[in-house]
Amino acid sequence: MTDSKYFTTTKKGEIFELKAELNSDKKEKKKEAVKKVIASMTVGKDVSALFPDVVNCMQTDNLELKKLVYLYLMNYAKSQPDMAIMAVNTFVKDCEDPNPLIRALAVRTMGCIRVDKITEYLCEPLRKCLKDEDPYVRKTAAVCVAKLHDINAQLVEDQGFLDTLKDLISDSNPMVVANAVAALSEIAESHPNSNLLDLNPQTINKLLTALNECTEWGQIFILDCLANYTPRDDRESQSICERVTPRLSHANSAVVLSAVKVLMKFMEMLPKDLDYYGTLLKKLAPPLVTLLSAEPELQYVALRNINLIVQKRPEILKHEMKVFFVKYNDPIYVKLEKLDIMIRLASQANIAQVLAELKEYATEVDVDFVRKAVRAIGRCAIKVEQSAERCVSTLLDLIQTKVNYVVQEAIVVIKDIFRKYPNKYESVIATLCENLDSLDEPEARAAMIWIVGEYAERIDNADELLESFLEGFHDESTQVQLQLLTAIVKLFLKKPTETQELVQQVLSLATQDSDNPDLRDRGYIYWRLLSTDPVAAKEVVLAEKPLISEETDLIEPTLLEELICHIGTLASVYHKPPSAFVEGSRGVQHKRLPARAGSGESTDSPDVSQSVGGATEAAPTVIPSQGDLLGDLLNLDLAPPAAGPTVPPSMQLGAMDLLGGGLDSLLGGDIGGSPAMGAGLGSTPAVMPTSLGAPPVVGGGLGDLFDLGGSVGMPAGAYVPPKSVWLPAMKAKGLEISGTFARRSGVIQMELSLTNKAMSVMTDFAIQFNRNSFGLAPAGPLQVLTPLSPNQTIEVSLPLSTSGPVMKMEPLNNLQE
Amino acid sequence: MIGGLFIYNHKGEVLISRIYRDDIGRNAVDAFRVNVIHARQQVRSPVTNIARTSFFHIKRSNIWLAAVTKQNVNAAMVFEFLYKMCDVMTAYFGKISEENIKNNFVLIYELLDEILDFGYPQNSESGALKTFITQQGIKGQHQTKEEQSQITSQVTGQIGWRREGIKYRRNELFLDVLESVNLLMSPQGQVLSAHVSGRVVMKSYLSGMPECKFGMNDKIVIDKQGKSGGTEDSGKSSGKQSIAIDDCTFHQCVRLSKFDSERSISFIPPDGEFELLRYRTTKDIILPFRVIPLVREVGRTKLEVKVVIKSNFKPSLLAQKIEVRIPTPLNTSGVQVICMKGKAKYKASENAIVWKIKRMAGMKESQISAEIELLPTTDKKKWTRPPISMNFEVPFAPSGLKVRYLKVFESKLNYSDHDVIKWVRYIGRSGIYETRC
Repeated sequence: MTDSKYFTTTKKGEIFELKAELNSDKKEKKKEAVKKVIASMTVGKDVSALFPDVVNCMQTDNLELKKLVYLYLMNYAKSQPDMAIMAVNTFVKDCEDPNPLIRALAVRTMGCIRVDKITEYLCEPLRKCLKDEDPYVRKTAAVCVAKLHDINAQLVEDQGFLDTLKDLISDSNPMVVANAVAALSEIAESHPNSNLLDLNPQTINKLLTALNECTEWGQIFILDCLANYTPRDDRESQSICERVTPRLSHANSAVVLSAVKVLMKFMEMLPKDLDYYGTLLKKLAPPLVTLLSAEPELQYVALRNINLIVQKRPEILKHEMKVFFVKYNDPIYVKLEKLDIMIRLASQANIAQVLAELKEYATEVDVDFVRKAVRAIGRCAIKVEQSAERCVSTLLDLIQTKVNYVVQEAIVVIKDIFRKYPNKYESVIATLCENLDSLDEPEARAAMIWIVGEYAERIDNADELLESFLEGFHDESTQVQLQLLTAIVKLFLKKPTETQELVQQVLSLATQDSDNPDLRDRGYIYWRLLSTDPVAAKEVVLAEKPLISEETDLIEPTLLEELICHIGTLASVYHKPPSAFVEGSRGVQHKRLPARAGSGESTDSPDVSQSVGGATEAAPTVIPSQGDLLGDLLNLDLAPPAAGPTVPPSMQLGAMDLLGGGLDSLLGGDIGGSPAMGAGLGSTPAVMPTSLGAPPVVGGGLGDLFDLGGSVGMPAGAYVPPKSVWLPAMKAKGLEISGTFARRSGVIQMELSLTNKAMSVMTDFAIQFNRNSFGLAPAGPLQVLTPLSPNQTIEVSLPLSTSGPVMKMEPLNNLQE
Repeated sequence: MIGGLFIYNHKGEVLISRIYRDDIGRNAVDAFRVNVIHARQQVRSPVTNIARTSFFHIKRSNIWLAAVTKQNVNAAMVFEFLYKMCDVMTAYFGKISEENIKNNFVLIYELLDEILDFGYPQNSESGALKTFITQQGIKGQHQTKEEQSQITSQVTGQIGWRREGIKYRRNELFLDVLESVNLLMSPQGQVLSAHVSGRVVMKSYLSGMPECKFGMNDKIVIDKQGKSGGTEDSGKSSGKQSIAIDDCTFHQCVRLSKFDSERSISFIPPDGEFELLRYRTTKDIILPFRVIPLVREVGRTKLEVKVVIKSNFKPSLLAQKIEVRIPTPLNTSGVQVICMKGKAKYKASENAIVWKIKRMAGMKESQISAEIELLPTTDKKKWTRPPISMNFEVPFAPSGLKVRYLKVFESKLNYSDHDVIKWVRYIGRSGIYETRC
């Protein structure tokens, strides 16, 4: 009975002994031996030498023994492909067995053996099993198609298994439907543009029916699949929502979260004034709260998701603050997440309670948690103006505790509070200065130095304080050095008489003794400013600073939209798009929320204005995500190339979706209107690969590359701005695009230079324009001599017409890529 | 989907390793051992990403279960599956321990083959699994064709949790309303947060395929009935007895769409014990105990603590297993305790005074006072007072929930609702019941 004995042996000559036992005549002895082999396999010993002996045991009517042999086969078949063939006959025979459990077992195991020769033999049995009379066999066969597709996608297509799989969506057995949906969804992920999961109202209806009848896991597969569907109109959207809401009461948290995902997505389409919209909002809160009484690991997943939901639709949980209060025994990962959500939900109505809680947390044991709690108090001050005073006094109390990391964290947040409410709380500076010596973290030191510099005129001994930092200038981190440089320059501009020596000292430290280019550059700029025009220097350095905004750590809106489409999944736990952590082509398809009925494109326009006017500022945050996007486009090159350079309509649609998710609103460069260009500027070109073989997307963050404001009065058609790099090769996996607009013989042209800086050949270029203010659209297809070999550059000129769809951009000449 | 599933002992030795996907290699087994188990730190996240591979892990006593993937899987589903896996193992061989896992490793591999196919969870109801995977080896060799197809239709069927042809001489069912009442109170006696999370656990020993209908004093249902009845009286009187349920979740046997439309709870139960529903209430909770703390610091080396507990329920009822835990500072050198009732002890290893009372009737009061002597320390950091926590058990439901009926219909077999013997029991326990001091 006890199997643990199999784990114990580690004698020499063990393999030899096992071999003898495996070839024994006695059934019991054989079985014992196979168990020993499996136990050794589990702990990581190499028992592949026994392959022929184990496979010999396969021909048995003992099901337990058979399963063990199969387990062994799945592990070692790949390393011994030739011998694995020996097993084929038994598999094929088992697929005909009268017992459905054995038929299913055979087809299930065969799919797990990744040996080409075996997969060839799998096709016929699989075809039979897909049409088996027994649902248990059919549901196993459905998953087997996905397995086979993973080994040899072409084979699956050639054999027509995909169609059979699609037929199974209409199967009478709910579990077969669920597994077919799971398999199809997985296969569809690696073919983003194929219309494999042909979701239409009829299939959706079948899925919704099966939803009521299948296992909890099946419900998850179906709901996750439903979330990929885009309803035609708000009516359909509502009717699906109505049929999904009962799932919110399921005991399985994953069913609940997947249902939440479907609802969050489809809600986008409902008009906000609809009664049902309000009802739905109300229905979402209780199940989300209930998730917090699940096991801690699930609570963590739920909290990460709630964090997204709260950012997207704060109204859902605005009255539920209390449930996010931290419990003493919560695991640390739950505590940290709850804290994050508490701050997001903080408002004037509940701030008193929140502050009282945060104060408690600031005295806990876990350092990370305490730091976050202190920081949270600062964020409350910035978010809820009425509470600022109380927050500051709480922070001062905490500074009095003299607990080192609490003090440092408090100083960092107080600096932010100063920036939000200038000339209000500076009376506390004296208290802060008392703690100067205890600061040992760069962030806190930098914050303190900033405060001293900014308020130098109110601190009597500011020069002494700053001088004390100067002694160890070279041992400080860059952050502190930069801050110190700026602070001393500020001090000098405020009290020039006493601090001349100090400022010279710091400037020479920064420019002559430092290897850090940033520091040197900043040093030189100050130096020249001060030496050429001190008045201007004053205006620059002591300029009034813009107030900081209340929420600094919000997830960027397009990413948030994408993550909402991934509720419940790993992406929503990491708060990263799947492309950031999934290798290969699987799951990198960007998802986006559907547009509300009647509002057209306007859903993604709010952030357009945000990026305007500050291309340089926007760049650091924007570019990484763009990089991801481009990466994704590139990853799609596994798809078979399309026929010609023209974009087939369906492809174009898919491509537009891909782009739309991010690029639309991510990038915006403000360009000055140029009369030379007539209406030509301000277009929104986006080059699209037809076959997705190459990723030519015009890069962004152009800033004012196009700023031709000075060219007013130039004769029309004469001036063509020089080409500038729109998309650096680094960001497009090797394709560099530079370009400009010109008007030649009355036709607006976009002139592009495409340079292949990658190692491999690029083919199949195409271009696509987003709707723009001037109705610019390509007048003909993009003519690129394909292929573009490495290090080759070609010049292309694309005639444009102004007859394309017009969409007003704010401002008019906003260029987005 | 799930690419592999590993089970380790506390030393990080792998006890079970099953790989489902080609993108997961054997090295993943070691990566987790080295990075998580051997790190021997407090777990900072239940999902760990090592070299673009994500590990979902849970721990049961000193056994680690880890599910591995390289894809964007449904994270909630993976954890639910791991819990389910634990349930199934417990149903087969009891406690999850290294010994039990080693003793049943062949069985576990069989289960893993059955309930996870290519990383997709399949039917994992232990009731159904037990019909064809047993500890005595697999059934199936000597079954008739009918038996086999009955198994497969049950495993894949709409009522995957119950098999046909169950017979009992005596049809009987037990309902346990188990509640845990959670409280966080400020030192001044203000309720910071309070909620009841309750479960209705049903043990059914019923023949055939019985159709059941469960009713409780849910405010929405009662109000609806009150309205349709038309008499104002019934509305008023039931208003007092009914409770507002914030949210409830059901076992998969309950027809959710019916609950959504009519708020009626109807189902065909699994055989034996299962959790019919879970619910949560936050309004009008009866807090069975009130804790009044009083802590006074006498100089730097002495603390005086006085704690009063008051029971707040019908005098005829008895609370049991009462335990009050009063935390003490780390530099405590000695404690003197005086209590009126029960026994109190200072437990140095737990840094707490533990006060136990066997029984206490409703509307009573009891008190403990303690003098804590402290060693002088140079530690600047102030002692952070953890809250005083309490445990107890009371024979009523603090939420006020009442079972109104559980009707059983079985049309094919000739027994009626009246023939079924029904038992209902209410138990209220403390969840996290804390008072800050």
